[in-house]
Amino acid sequence: MRVALFVTCVNDALYPSTGIAVVRLLERLGVEVDFPAGQSCCGQPQYNTGYRRETEPLLRRTATAFAGYEHVVTPSGSCAAMLREHYPRIGRKAAGEGRGGELAELAADLAPRVYELTEFLVDVLGVTDVGAYFPYKVTYHPSCHGLRSLGLGERPRRLLAAVRGLELTELPGAEECCGFGGTFALKNPDVSAAMGADKIRAAAATGAEVLCGADNSCLAHLDGTLRRAGAPLRALHLAEILAATEEEPAR
Amino acid sequence: MTGTGGTGPGAPTDLGMPGFPPFPAAAREAVRDDTLRANLRRATHTIRDKRARAVAELADWEQLRAAGKAVKDHTLRHLDRYLIQLEAAVTAAGGTVHWAVDAAEANRIVTDLVLATGEREVVKVKSMATQETGLNEALEAAGIAAYETDLAELIVQLGHDRPSHILVPAIHRNRGEIRDVFAAEMGRWGRPAPGGLGDDPRELAEAARLHLREKFLRAKVAVSGANFMVAETGTMVVFESEGNGRMCLTLPETLISVVGIEKVVPTFRDLEVFLQTLPRSSTAERMNPYTTMWTGLGPSQGAESDGPTAFHLVLLDNGRTDTLADEVGRQALRCIRCSACLNVCPVYERAGGHAYGSVYPGPIGAILSPQLRGTASEIDASLPYASTLCGACYEVCPVAIDIPEVLVHLRERVAQGGPVTREGIRVRIRPARGHTAERAAMRAARLLLDHPGALRAGERLLARARRLRPRRLPGPGRAWTDSRELPPVPAEPFRDWWARERGGRA
Repeated sequence: MRVALFVTCVNDALYPSTGIAVVRLLERLGVEVDFPAGQSCCGQPQYNTGYRRETEPLLRRTATAFAGYEHVVTPSGSCAAMLREHYPRIGRKAAGEGRGGELAELAADLAPRVYELTEFLVDVLGVTDVGAYFPYKVTYHPSCHGLRSLGLGERPRRLLAAVRGLELTELPGAEECCGFGGTFALKNPDVSAAMGADKIRAAAATGAEVLCGADNSCLAHLDGTLRRAGAPLRALHLAEILAATEEEPAR
Repeated sequence: MTGTGGTGPGAPTDLGMPGFPPFPAAAREAVRDDTLRANLRRATHTIRDKRARAVAELADWEQLRAAGKAVKDHTLRHLDRYLIQLEAAVTAAGGTVHWAVDAAEANRIVTDLVLATGEREVVKVKSMATQETGLNEALEAAGIAAYETDLAELIVQLGHDRPSHILVPAIHRNRGEIRDVFAAEMGRWGRPAPGGLGDDPRELAEAARLHLREKFLRAKVAVSGANFMVAETGTMVVFESEGNGRMCLTLPETLISVVGIEKVVPTFRDLEVFLQTLPRSSTAERMNPYTTMWTGLGPSQGAESDGPTAFHLVLLDNGRTDTLADEVGRQALRCIRCSACLNVCPVYERAGGHAYGSVYPGPIGAILSPQLRGTASEIDASLPYASTLCGACYEVCPVAIDIPEVLVHLRERVAQGGPVTREGIRVRIRPARGHTAERAAMRAARLLLDHPGALRAGERLLARARRLRPRRLPGPGRAWTDSRELPPVPAEPFRDWWARERGGRA
């Protein structure tokens, strides 16, 4: 099977290790991975801040880059939700405003082919044990868009639970937002920081060594909060845990 | 009336009209108030857990939710027809219907009706509509004292405070604070609190009961809102927990109900859905303890009959028709004011209700207030951004209002302007002030992101300068580095790794 990796701009520029982990993990599972170089940002920061028109060229770019792939896999629930839930909305609005139906068609064509990583593993490949080894105590924070827009449910926890050596601890109030929220963190910094502080407090109280998530933007906020607080806990993307083996441990 | 001989307990007048600080500034104060945060955390978590249990008991919750949405959408689509049907039914039952285009007109109508009775005091059933219009202040200006009889509203009123929650206006207060308010203030407006009042909930409730009973037995005029109005029968419906509403709705001679036009439902049968969803969503009860329905004046109005001898219904628009004209934003009018979205919202939990500068706080307030009032003021322009878009509000909403969708829609209105309907006229508004730099940044980002060569060059530049990564950023980035470290910059972006390691294949 051949899939296209949508690495996302945050991972491309700041968390290449997550993208590399996805490539290694999928290749280990016998999947051939392509990285269409024309891809860029999905436009979510612009769209969510109220600049819908600014996202239209990025929709066109993203849809064009991934044209023809049966499966587009991304290690970000938030960006997957943008492509799946909001692109069709943006396309319909553009058509309604008389800018042609092209964007609507591109969005409708792309949306059903987009998979968040854990969906792809569990639903398409049908695996929960990916043969990973990660001998640490881990707690999992389900980011909001993966949780609610995509309905990832238990998939990430089932994948983690099957990792050898990994001890999974339940995060109290896991389904509560961490306070990142894209530009929310900049526009409402005090509320964002208070939410982040509560989240890392809950994570630390579980006794975990690693706070795992499936969205590096939320993790940038949480890891930054942890490091500023000097907490011993560290944040790590789920893909890096699933890619880790005894021969090639996670960073 | 006792006390200052004035005109009622003197509720504050600043209900978040223009001039109120924008959300981030107001929230900053709230976040630093440890008592407030502890009060809110305890209260919202208790009620959200109870609600989840109450909802889980119904196997057909999702169908009820869909049905509630459908009833509301259908009614809104034919609102003109149902309002006229309602007016006819209320009139036929002996009531009088008044139409108020805005808050000032509603207040004028109610004030004139009260003055015509010769009375100078009214008892009130908790009502969001009259808070929205600032009725208490308008009555006070006309020399009429308005007494709130809902326990939480009473606490707010006696404490010269502002409500901070739709259902539990005094949610931001703890027991000790309430005891202090009762002990200090009750005597000024009626029966004083018993000596040595403790902070036990039962003791506090008893003090309120004794204080309020005097008001119920003396008042000749009552003012209420309503949760629903039934078009086919002209029936008004109030759901409540304490029974004070029923006292107000049955004891006084004149009853004046002020209700938003979106509260109408077509038939009596439609109540079936909301009788199940509203109590479970709001108070986590299977059924609310008191459901009071009144239809005009009833069949007999002899000396022996119960209930008021005059009934007035004031139908309030105040921006609702304009909201209805917006095809994305109109879903906010489905709201049945259950407040489940407030209780589950992590932003509300930290910021508190006052930060929203509006009688409708929380997620629903963030989409309703900027539509009813427009986005011209700083506070209204900031409200659509008072959310992380986490979606918890949408998940719990019993009429499935996609609050995140409306938030993003209103952000677009604030950031880029666009067409809106104001006082029935289609106009194009300009972007709110203060978004020029942001707009330029978004445009620049788009240009960069839409040109892979430029993006790649930018990423490489970042990688080369990685050792210069500052601990604190200037400008808007400061908000990030004030409380968090920046992520470390990697030696190379992913696309360079790919080109090096797998380049031959893509």
